[in-house]
Amino acid sequence: METTLLSSVRVAGFVAAGYLRLDAVVPDELNERAIDVLEAGIPRAPYGTPVRTAFPGGSFARRLIEVPAVAGALRSLVGPDPLVDHHAVHIREPRNGHAQPLHADAIIDTRADAFDVQLMYYPHEVSADMGGTLVVPGSHLRRVNESDTGRYQNLRGQTRLTCPAGTVMLLHHGIWHGGRRNDSDVRRYMFKIRFNPTVPQVRLWDTSDLADPAVLDELGRRFPWYEQATGRLEIHNRALMWRAMTADASFDVDYWATRVTNRPGRAA
Amino acid sequence: MKQQVLVLYLATSALDAPVVGWSRYDGTGATNPTAGDGDEPPYETGVDALRDGWRLFQAAQLIPPYPGHEYDTSFLKHEFFFEKLS
Repeated sequence: METTLLSSVRVAGFVAAGYLRLDAVVPDELNERAIDVLEAGIPRAPYGTPVRTAFPGGSFARRLIEVPAVAGALRSLVGPDPLVDHHAVHIREPRNGHAQPLHADAIIDTRADAFDVQLMYYPHEVSADMGGTLVVPGSHLRRVNESDTGRYQNLRGQTRLTCPAGTVMLLHHGIWHGGRRNDSDVRRYMFKIRFNPTVPQVRLWDTSDLADPAVLDELGRRFPWYEQATGRLEIHNRALMWRAMTADASFDVDYWATRVTNRPGRAA
Repeated sequence: MKQQVLVLYLATSALDAPVVGWSRYDGTGATNPTAGDGDEPPYETGVDALRDGWRLFQAAQLIPPYPGHEYDTSFLKHEFFFEKLS
């Protein structure tokens, strides 16, 4: 199976923003079949089922995750042979009157050295009024429990997804998101699969550009909704995540983590 | 008299700091605000809301981090509730 691994710069972008998007990577032949397949339903498998069992060879879902750009990105983030946690078809009905409250999926999940990835696939074009997913960049490392964030309606720099047909998003399990109100006359479909890693998530991508200064640029990005002080902690926490993902205990961004752990002559 | 509520999230604990997030709830029923319904904040700062007639009725307390959790991030810290009656 052909794959296209992510570069370090793109993985750093994922660590900073908590997601990456692959625009129009799924071929039209699959997109055109998708609505019928999603309407018919994709058989469920028990939580934590290997991909090859959950999605038999040649099935729609298996073909979706074998699209080279999707396969490469998944392998770069969760590694080979992930488990399918669960999957679901999400539909926003036309003119439905409400949005989902902003939330993180599942329950509070504080893993610092492992993460699940959620794939979201949009088989058709999503326009601004169709209720494309609301995503808050850089929210994934905040420790919240599911919809306790429902009070927040809008945050500066939020992404209200619009995308061409065949777009796939890959999201860190902690990202704040929600299905938006569909103000159009068109049903909006999205297919979601949550993957659990089965290997340590260390240097799983194409690391040939690991020393590229753009990696640091990505990891140091601030998002417009960050408070002045807490935004610094976000970058500190990202640096720790990058340490875990690269097995480099000395990595830092702008000295944030190094400075506050410098205790010469003191034992832990 | 019915209450309209505006919640502003600010970049620091100062009321004149820039707005980084916002929510609205409308007891009059005239509007139906919801998640992800706009990309531009209604005001640039908390004080701008005061100048437009919103009355502040609650401000987030400043709570020190719990020992051992100084680097954890969670909810937005600087939350201000305003109301208008109409």
